[in-house]
Amino acid sequence: MPTSDVDIAAAGLGESRVRISPRLPVLFWLAAGWIGVVLALALTADLLALPSPTDMDMLDKRMPPSAVHWLGTDNLGRDMLARLIFGARISLTVGVAAPLIGLIVGGTLGMLAGYLRGRLETIIVASVDVLLAFPPLVLALALTAYLGQTVANLTYIIGILSIPAFTRVARASTLSIANREFVLAARALGATEARILARELLPNVILPLIAFFLLAVAVTIVVEGALSFLGLGVPPPAPSWGGMIGEGRESLEIAPRIAFLPAGAMFLSVLAFNIVGDTLRAITDPRQASL
Amino acid sequence: MLGFLARRIGYLVPVLLAVSLLTFLIASLLPGDLAYAMLGDQATPEAVAGLRHDMGLDRPIWWRYLHWLGGILQGDFGRSFRTGESVLGAILARLPVSLELMLLAEIAGLAIAIPLAMQCAINSGGGVDRLLTGVAFAKLSIPNFMIAILLIYIFAVELRVLPATGYVPFAEDHLGNLRAFVLPALTLAFAEWPVLMRVLRSDMIATLQEDYIALAKAKGLKPRRILFVHALKPSSLTLVTVAGINIGRLIGGTVIVESVFALPGIGRLLIAAIYTRDFMIMQGVVLFVAAGFVIVNFLVDMLYALLDPRIRHAH
Amino acid sequence: MPARPPDRPATSSRETLLVIEDVRVELPTPRGILRAVDGVSLSLGPGRTLGLVGESGSGKSMLSRAIAQLLPRKARLSGRVLFAGEDLTRLGAEPLRRLRGKSIAFVFQDPMTSLNPVLTVGSQIAETLTEHLALDWRAARERAVELLAAVGIPSPEQRLKHYPHQFSGGMRQRVAIAIALSCEPRLLIADEPTTALDVTVQAQILDLLAREQRRRHMALILITHDLSVAAGRTDEVAVMYAGRIVERAPTGALFRAMRMPYTEALIAAIPDLQSAPHTPLRAISGLPPDPTRLGPGCAFAPRCRHADAACHRDRPPMRAAEDGDHHYSCWHPLPARAGVA
Repeated sequence: MPTSDVDIAAAGLGESRVRISPRLPVLFWLAAGWIGVVLALALTADLLALPSPTDMDMLDKRMPPSAVHWLGTDNLGRDMLARLIFGARISLTVGVAAPLIGLIVGGTLGMLAGYLRGRLETIIVASVDVLLAFPPLVLALALTAYLGQTVANLTYIIGILSIPAFTRVARASTLSIANREFVLAARALGATEARILARELLPNVILPLIAFFLLAVAVTIVVEGALSFLGLGVPPPAPSWGGMIGEGRESLEIAPRIAFLPAGAMFLSVLAFNIVGDTLRAITDPRQASL
Repeated sequence: MLGFLARRIGYLVPVLLAVSLLTFLIASLLPGDLAYAMLGDQATPEAVAGLRHDMGLDRPIWWRYLHWLGGILQGDFGRSFRTGESVLGAILARLPVSLELMLLAEIAGLAIAIPLAMQCAINSGGGVDRLLTGVAFAKLSIPNFMIAILLIYIFAVELRVLPATGYVPFAEDHLGNLRAFVLPALTLAFAEWPVLMRVLRSDMIATLQEDYIALAKAKGLKPRRILFVHALKPSSLTLVTVAGINIGRLIGGTVIVESVFALPGIGRLLIAAIYTRDFMIMQGVVLFVAAGFVIVNFLVDMLYALLDPRIRHAH
Repeated sequence: MPARPPDRPATSSRETLLVIEDVRVELPTPRGILRAVDGVSLSLGPGRTLGLVGESGSGKSMLSRAIAQLLPRKARLSGRVLFAGEDLTRLGAEPLRRLRGKSIAFVFQDPMTSLNPVLTVGSQIAETLTEHLALDWRAARERAVELLAAVGIPSPEQRLKHYPHQFSGGMRQRVAIAIALSCEPRLLIADEPTTALDVTVQAQILDLLAREQRRRHMALILITHDLSVAAGRTDEVAVMYAGRIVERAPTGALFRAMRMPYTEALIAAIPDLQSAPHTPLRAISGLPPDPTRLGPGCAFAPRCRHADAACHRDRPPMRAAEDGDHHYSCWHPLPARAGVA
């Protein structure tokens, strides 16, 4: 596990100051590599010589891999490879954009709450907690049903649902930093609150937030996948990994690859983001402790 | 103790109110109008206006909210557009199925997590421990619908030993009922066990360092007895609370699992209502589930405070 | 100053119960190999009491664990431990487990942590009986009641069902002793049994141990950092420093004619009730050595008033004094003289 380097070092030395191993494990680089590949494919999808992901060919349903269709066709005769790559584009778009909303809005709210304290903090925390009172998937389903199934809506909805978590992380980070000497020193030198927030707090809070962001990407891909799997996420015929898995369900007996190829792609991508996010979190958290 | 209880209940009520308000507001997000949605495109403006008046949709929003809330508190969740049945009735009829699923899933999850956690704790830091911890981490990246598909493929399609769908009420056919629940419960359990295992593992590792374990070894007791009686018991408190907290996550999982395995539970009711755009049922289910979620979390908090006096006095 | 210890003849029993031969315990740490026990040899006859004395970190607890083969997983043990003729270092896990609790029993320092807080006292006594003596539930329960009564706990039948936190500190330690005595062990190892207790209770516990030992003809190893504890209650005393035994003698002889300066310093450090108020305590200067960085010579040399170059350079061997049973390890032993006043 990526965190074990730090843990072992700390346990062995038995000291309060944790020395972080600068060498990142192989797993981290593999994961980052995979993310890079998927990102590249998603970004250049249009440029690659791929068949259209939405062209149906009813005569060629569920064909095994061939020269024309490198990964075969799905249950409506559409090219699997193209659908996988275009599906990556959509899953990643939502996967990155939604947590970004959470990061910006939630991060700001959390920092304000943690720094300014008092009534503002109570209001922010209480409002955010109300969102947490709902089981997230149920709320996402309800919101998509009411607002309509589009990729944009999906992004906003999941993004908003991720705000509470980001708020908490930002607030916790801010609380632990706001009392450190360098903040007091800045205040003593007459810096304005805004300047302190931007110059002193932000750089330190941003690190754990980014680590959390990566983990949130993993979760978002899963949530969007779940919604699309039920047919209630990305609207067909646009391809998305979750939707492909859902469509592949009926073909399990004949052509299990239709469900398992997108499942594999999703699993690897989610795992990759989890590994990268977790490694970064292990690095950024202890560093805060020894500041 | 009573003061603590009163304070916590005092916190509970506003949260429930906020939940109801939010649920109501979400419903009002519907573009267009409820009456319009019901009557369809061909409806004449007069018919729509008439229905709107009948349903009280032309009143101000705060009036509608209070009216609706009043109904809820009296047990009237409204009626389905399609079938006309009482929303609350529909929910309650399907509640047992969801509860059975959640219970079996929790049991299965514990049955997997406990032995694995104990193995990790004994082997702490060694090969088995690292392997299992790694597997648990990887497992976190497999969402439950993926597991469902995998299990269906292995057990229903390839091996053909378990059914992929087909629910039978328990009263009718005990064995058939349980058979139908095996795959769904396992799916959810696979989503649960990493979290449970991780918590129990670290708790047991701490327990195994205690002096009383050293004395138990010095007494020459059998390793199994030391593990199960001396080590597991003190750690079980944490496990119970984590299992309780997990129930909230389980609720979200049941929606998917019931859909995939065609179990007539509340989750499936919600999905069906979304497909048929039956907004009354949707609203009712969301409120019911959210309120249930809040209350369960509250009860778990209470249980934890009951078992650990320090929490009571800290507030 | 403790009362003048009774003069017990240092007879060597023909049949020794426990023989420890050149035992070393090494623990790997990030800073180097830690030699917790560095070549210790001891013997103990049945029914005899050995006092194992030393400062914290001297290795006395580790040595006691080594006897019962209860060392942490990473530890490496070398040497031999012969118990009733059998070499415990060569024994398999299962035979060792059967030995523990039955023939060799332990009492740990802090009964609050050594007793399981979620199990009743009765079950913690009974489980040893069930395990080693194959008693059924009823017989085990009766025996547990007897044991509680023997260690001086009132209303034993009711107390069986109580949990450890419902007992006072002294009572808890009595329970721990009852557990240890339950299967009539031949050797009882008590690791600082009174350190965690009030001074008033300490004497009671030590008396209890002595009484039970006599009654059962049990060998007892009493581990303590407090020489006065060892004074009246042991047949022999072994002084440990930095993992080594630096002096070993029948109790009377040790207090009368100690040879090693460390022993003298230990005795001198005991507060004297009879000295005038505000008399400064005679502490031993310096700190116990870092066990990963022991020098080649005598371990005590850095703190010893009499140390010279030879002491720092060469490790003194264990030598016998005039009267056979007294051994010490020092280049410049104190002259044999009459007892400390």
